[in-house]
Amino acid sequence: METTFDFKEIQGREERLAPGHRMCAGCGGTITVRNVLKALHPGDKAVVGNATGCLEVSTFMYPFTAYEDSYIHNAFENAGATLSGVETAYNVLKRQGRIDETYKFITFGGDGGTYDIGLQSLSGAMERGHDMVYVCYDNGAYMNTGTQRSSATPMYADTTTTPSGSMSNGKPQYRKDLAAIMAAHNIPYVGQTTLIGNMKDLYVKSEKAIYTPGPAFLNVMAPCPRGWRYDAPDIIDICKMAVETCYWPLFEVVEGKWILNYKPKNKLPIEDFLKSQGRFKHLFKPGNEYLIEAFQKELDRRWEELLKRCEA
Amino acid sequence: MSIKDRMSGNEALGVAIRQINPDVMPAFPITPSTEVPQFVSTMIANGQIDTEFIPVESEHSAMSAAMGSEAAGARTITATSSCGLALMWEVLYVAASSRLPLAMCVVNRGLTGPLNINAEHSDSMGARDSGWLQIYAENNQEVYDNMLQAYRIAEHKDVRLPIMICQDGFITSHAVQDIELNEDEPMRKFVGKYEPEHYLLKKDEPMAMGPYANSPFCMEAKRAQAEGMAQAKRVILEVAKEYEAITGRSYGFFEEYNMKDAEVVLVCMGSACGTIKDAVDELREQGIKAGLIKVRVFRPFPGEELAKALEGAKAVAIMDRAESYSTNGGPLGSELMAAMYRNKNTAEAVNLMYGLSGRDLTVSQVKDIYGDLVEMITKPEKNRAYRYIGLRE
Repeated sequence: METTFDFKEIQGREERLAPGHRMCAGCGGTITVRNVLKALHPGDKAVVGNATGCLEVSTFMYPFTAYEDSYIHNAFENAGATLSGVETAYNVLKRQGRIDETYKFITFGGDGGTYDIGLQSLSGAMERGHDMVYVCYDNGAYMNTGTQRSSATPMYADTTTTPSGSMSNGKPQYRKDLAAIMAAHNIPYVGQTTLIGNMKDLYVKSEKAIYTPGPAFLNVMAPCPRGWRYDAPDIIDICKMAVETCYWPLFEVVEGKWILNYKPKNKLPIEDFLKSQGRFKHLFKPGNEYLIEAFQKELDRRWEELLKRCEA
Repeated sequence: MSIKDRMSGNEALGVAIRQINPDVMPAFPITPSTEVPQFVSTMIANGQIDTEFIPVESEHSAMSAAMGSEAAGARTITATSSCGLALMWEVLYVAASSRLPLAMCVVNRGLTGPLNINAEHSDSMGARDSGWLQIYAENNQEVYDNMLQAYRIAEHKDVRLPIMICQDGFITSHAVQDIELNEDEPMRKFVGKYEPEHYLLKKDEPMAMGPYANSPFCMEAKRAQAEGMAQAKRVILEVAKEYEAITGRSYGFFEEYNMKDAEVVLVCMGSACGTIKDAVDELREQGIKAGLIKVRVFRPFPGEELAKALEGAKAVAIMDRAESYSTNGGPLGSELMAAMYRNKNTAEAVNLMYGLSGRDLTVSQVKDIYGDLVEMITKPEKNRAYRYIGLRE
């Protein structure tokens, strides 16, 4: 589908995530939610779902909700299944003539609720073909409980369950490639993006995800200033470096076709992404150069693999 | 006019569900409740109902989707047994605290440990504190009648709680018995349309459900939920009266069988009550004043009413088909003894474990239990407060 991007018009749209919530200053998750919801066309209705996590406990603290649309939170691991129930109810009520309006269904989960504890529920909802969007705001650890590692945590990151120390270099494993797993479900739309420039990429992919009939999945890298340990205003630079180093490539899988949205002219070394974050500080100690080399090697292998998928 | 037929408990659920015609059913198969989603899928395929079936990938997702669907404004049903119910456990609390009146057909089967597929109440008893209404059946007729009354109770504005309609796995769910069915039209009218006051898809009234509500609010929410459960007692009886007016079949919190002058009494739930009734009949012929109380409604627990009904009894055996490993008895025993203490009942009372993992309870075993109760009246020192029936020792 074609989308147009009129920055002024889009930013002028009414906020669907109202101010006054309790998310941290500079939280990537909040920027993600605001911008995804901006991709709903004015006047269109939505039910917003949410897995338990920072976002839920900070945006719907009884008796206040930050959502202008209907909203449902159930538990940590079942955002996919819960919204699939809402979407099915909508189809029934619509068929029976009990409602006449058009609704869209968008649910948000962190990487804990999406990559890990909620993966089965997400997989089931996508496989069944519900007309809904699942948005993962991936901040690469269980941030709500205090930065424990997840399967989305990058290799060597220092987290509270993979602390670096004299016998540890941080998380031993590289991260799970969830976007590829979702693409393997052969759903109509999968997009991977992050917070870049004026949010055009996030907007365009959100709009496609919302308005493509059938299930869609968006994987959005959403930095967490507390867990990643960087200066809050640096968020946009960090996202940019994630893309320029090819740590977080921007791509789409549309009806099974892999499309690379951005290829850096000069692929930057991974240090440029790692160095501003406290969680990777130990990698820059003298004698640890081999860790950065290993990180770079695995990243290069995955980047080449992605290029092949997108060329095919 | 009633329609005479013969069928299993699960088939009776199928007929009731066809007459209810719920909006959405998310379900995942598990023995012995598997037939229920199969029947619903077949009725959808044949155009007999216009329910949407969600073939979820687990029971956790079944309950999660059910919560979402009911919250969105659709009348929702699911079915499960045993470990399936255990997997739903977390979301049972969410559904109840969200005051969502969805219905679940529970075909009771023991929880794994070790794995077995037969009748036991450990599954629904594990969920007894989840805030769901629980109604149990002795036979297919009661399964059918309870199912038809379920939504009227659950959706009542003073209740607004989810409901479990329980029956014993295989013994009731699969055994074919005679049944009287109601005609479709009066039942459709009786069940009525689901018209919730607030729901996610209500025009011009967006709502948020499932808040983070800490200590300043949570306790009040729980108290309000408990009030719904308390109000359910009145509503259950009102709905039963209305149902009786149409069908002639009468229901209360429990059934009293030969209780008028009964001195030795068994209190039980589910299919074993049929066996116990046979034993009572034989003992009565021998002049023994035996009686039975069959508990139908376990949540809300009619403790006061049960204790009052037991005031004339001299010795009581409370029968549990679920172990709670407290070394102090099973769930029905613990709750009923507490109610009897509060009511100052003077009867000797024992709590007996029977039928675990589907083990048969025989008429002769039941007669022995009544014999023990008779002996206990004069020799209270014979009281063995908590023991197993039919165990190889």
